[in-house]
Amino acid sequence: MGALQSLRGQPEYVDLAEKTGFSYEQIGVLHKRFKQLSHNEETLLREHFRKIPDLECNPIRSQIIEAFFDRRNFRENGEGTVEEIGFEEFLVIMSHFRPPSLHITEEQRESVRRDKLRFLFNMHDTDNDGTITLEEYRHVVEELLSLSETLEKDTAKSIADAAMLEVASISMGHMEPDEFYEGITFEHFLKLLNGFEIESRMNVRFLYMDTTTLCK
Amino acid sequence: MPSRTGSHTPPGIGKSLPERGLLLLVVLVLLPLGAASSPNTNQPGNVDNHNVAVQSYNYTKKAFPVLSLDYHHVSTPFEISLWVLLASLMKLGFHLIPRLSGIVPESCLLIVVGLLVGGLIKLAGEEVPPVLDSNSFFLCLLPPIILDAGYFLPIRPFMENLGTILMFAVVGTLWNAFFVGGVLYAVCQIQPGSPSVLNSIELLPCLLFGSIISAVDPVAVLAVFEEIHINELLHILVFGESLLNDAVTVVLYHLFEEYTGAGTVTLLDCFLGVVSFLVVSLGGVLVGAIYGFLTAFTSRFTSHTRVIEPLFVFVYSYMAYLSAEMFHLSGIMALISCGAVMRPYVEANISHKSHTTIKYFLKMWSSVSETLIFIFLGVATVDGPHSWNWTFVTVTIILCLVSRVIGVVGLTYVINKFRIVKLTTKDQFIVAYGGLRGAIAFSLGFLLEKELFPMREMFLTAIITEIFFTVFVQGMTIKPLVELLAVKKKQEAKRTINEEIHTQFLDHLLTGIEDICGHYGHHHWKDKLNRFNKKYVKKCLIAGERSREPQLIAFYHKMEMKQAIELVESGGGVKLPASIPSTVSMQNIQPKKPPPAKPAERALSQLPKGREEEIRKILRSNLQRTRQRLRSYNRHTLVADPYEDGFGEFVIKTQKMIELEKKIKDMNNYLTVPAAPPDSPTMCRARLASGRGTDFKPAQQQKGNKSSPDPQAYSMKPESGGLPTIQVDLASPQSPDSVSLMDEFKAASKQQQKKKQQEEEDQGLMMKPSGANKPGEEDGGRDQPRRTRCLSDPGPSADEEEDEPFLP
Repeated sequence: MGALQSLRGQPEYVDLAEKTGFSYEQIGVLHKRFKQLSHNEETLLREHFRKIPDLECNPIRSQIIEAFFDRRNFRENGEGTVEEIGFEEFLVIMSHFRPPSLHITEEQRESVRRDKLRFLFNMHDTDNDGTITLEEYRHVVEELLSLSETLEKDTAKSIADAAMLEVASISMGHMEPDEFYEGITFEHFLKLLNGFEIESRMNVRFLYMDTTTLCK
Repeated sequence: MPSRTGSHTPPGIGKSLPERGLLLLVVLVLLPLGAASSPNTNQPGNVDNHNVAVQSYNYTKKAFPVLSLDYHHVSTPFEISLWVLLASLMKLGFHLIPRLSGIVPESCLLIVVGLLVGGLIKLAGEEVPPVLDSNSFFLCLLPPIILDAGYFLPIRPFMENLGTILMFAVVGTLWNAFFVGGVLYAVCQIQPGSPSVLNSIELLPCLLFGSIISAVDPVAVLAVFEEIHINELLHILVFGESLLNDAVTVVLYHLFEEYTGAGTVTLLDCFLGVVSFLVVSLGGVLVGAIYGFLTAFTSRFTSHTRVIEPLFVFVYSYMAYLSAEMFHLSGIMALISCGAVMRPYVEANISHKSHTTIKYFLKMWSSVSETLIFIFLGVATVDGPHSWNWTFVTVTIILCLVSRVIGVVGLTYVINKFRIVKLTTKDQFIVAYGGLRGAIAFSLGFLLEKELFPMREMFLTAIITEIFFTVFVQGMTIKPLVELLAVKKKQEAKRTINEEIHTQFLDHLLTGIEDICGHYGHHHWKDKLNRFNKKYVKKCLIAGERSREPQLIAFYHKMEMKQAIELVESGGGVKLPASIPSTVSMQNIQPKKPPPAKPAERALSQLPKGREEEIRKILRSNLQRTRQRLRSYNRHTLVADPYEDGFGEFVIKTQKMIELEKKIKDMNNYLTVPAAPPDSPTMCRARLASGRGTDFKPAQQQKGNKSSPDPQAYSMKPESGGLPTIQVDLASPQSPDSVSLMDEFKAASKQQQKKKQQEEEDQGLMMKPSGANKPGEEDGGRDQPRRTRCLSDPGPSADEEEDEPFLP
């Protein structure tokens, strides 16, 4: 991985670097990986993701894959899903996992937080109506527990119900017995994970990757 | 000690001062007396024996001794107990004086007390017992503290920051040792004036001194940091460093001590030193891990002998420490790894009460140990022998500070290149300032032999001064500095179920992203380890069904259990800890148009409001009686005393009714967990009103002609997770509590017949809080005794038969 590689395709990289905030080296590495995954084609399909062997034991595999094809994550205010993605979209999705730089202001930190939490929110809100309903949340918990051998549907539901109740309590405070809590909106979601420090946790180290050692 | 009269003195202090003073006086008088009398009683004892021997043939009749003093017989345990008592009374006393404990950290106060006691003993003319004798320190006083730290070590932040911690511990300590030792030697050499005593100090003793004094002490760090509540990251950094630098200290100490005799150190010795370091640290960890696995494995089989479960934890850990010390490996690291390794498995296997026992015993022992250590430090200071040398001492103190700061700053610069969350300047300052020295340094110095180290006293004096400096000056000022610098404090918020869900979700997400990137990073290996753990290790070490329980479910059960216990303990008048004041209930989040396959839920939403109110009142009043029942718990009696409640309490009752009303509403926040597979101890422990267990049929027993609502509305089906239920696990079925509860319900219901009309309904109430513990009953038979036993002390199983007088 020398200077030569980062010079290759330099003009595109400049745009991408600006858009996503990655450095040229990181973009180069990710480009290599993209090519590896897509067998040197221009676009990635869902099948390519499904072929990654390590991903198979991941309980939320399908949701992760879906997140790559979700237009809401492309930062272009789009909606719906696509069937294939190019390198640019791949990079944009990956940029959600970049760590925030050391010296940023409070507002920038806040916007990084919102960005990452938005990504999570989109992963949960599958029908794209802006709220995470009870059903969707139940689905999340079930997926998380899906790989354990004792799948107790009821327990999963109870956990999801308890979690939902918690959100409602935190966000709404007081509700009449016949009011109905529609679902977790993004604002409630933010409030819920307030203490979570997502900006320090939802990060992947991109710099020290060595794609040559990787499987496929 | 007369209290200062005046209307301004708050009554609490006025009362406590004379009491405390009296206690203190008593203890202080007894202590020297105890210390003094032990050498004296030897002689009369000998004389007596001698006399008896001489008179053995004469059998001269002496008056039979009705009352005699034989202190010698009990001297050692008596003195030990006296010291422990003193320590605990001191601890008590400090907290009675409100302002003092806020300003001065406890460790300082304890050292002062030690100084006083030492002074008193010296004044009494007696020899101060060598209390900080290295044997008693390393074998008795230190292990409880370390075990407590290791068992409750927060694994997640520790592992996440392991690289940083190791850097500080290993490289930082090495740097400190060599810097301090080297510069001190240079200073000693250039000492002006006539052959100063300092000139005679060789390089190696200096380096040895440097290595002793540069190690951050876990006891002192714990004592001070406990009170300042800084955020988790800094806490774990400093604390982790203090634990892991033990290996470095051990190696350096032995290395320099060995070769001080020889006089020189060759390159080979250095190389061997490095190898030795690896052996000591990894060996210690390995020994600890082995014992940890042994404990976990043993705990798998303890389901029939719950009482001795805590014993296994303690004894195995202590054995781990001793075994490591036997081979001159790092005992501290062995203890830490033993505690950390055994904890997840042991906690899955043992009963709830054993868990509480372990927790409180560990806390108690470590607290007493810590107190004793500081007191002894004070006593040992008075004891001396001292050899004060201005240059040496001041240079030591300055050097320690300087080297620590340089070390931390330099290391952070390097570390920040590899960290995602960088350490800011504020963090660095706290890490540097928090490097306190403590009793371990003193004990190591005490161990030095006088022949090899003629300047041993000077070293000891310098060590003690350094310890005093760090504990007093740094310890006292760190709290205001933390406030001043606005360092992030520890977040007091409880872990919620949502955070747990998202923590797991995030873990999987990041692992997935790493896999997609093809980057075998941190998350990837963690995930692999978890999977290995789940697949193989848990099956071996955890008994029964629990071995397959996913972490999320385990967490959920634990939380439910905690909330239920808190509810019961809080009784009335105390806000439910975890509940956020809200009127949100399950009804609010259930979808308005439920799918047709759920008739129970729909039936519930049709409940007329009036009926709900009735239910709530019934539950409320029963809950109240339950609470009062618990207050008069007696371990042996099974008989309830229904007439205990005086009429005067009725007024209080009505007041609390209002509060409880609110609480009942809050309790709707809880959810049921359907009955679990039989063998799981946690399920037993968290045996709250499961769907199948609660038999909630007030309607059928009503007197008078109340319309009987749809029974389906009340009976719980496992699928309807939405029904508000009372999660009350008051006591295990076998304990007298539950039995008396039943009796009390029956008796109390009879008693209240003459009271308000609505309470007539109570007779019919079939709420069986502990009936939930035995869904087996409903399911036909007591064929699952094993499960229910998990909750109790193994009382006689006869108890099991005699309750439940009270079935519908």
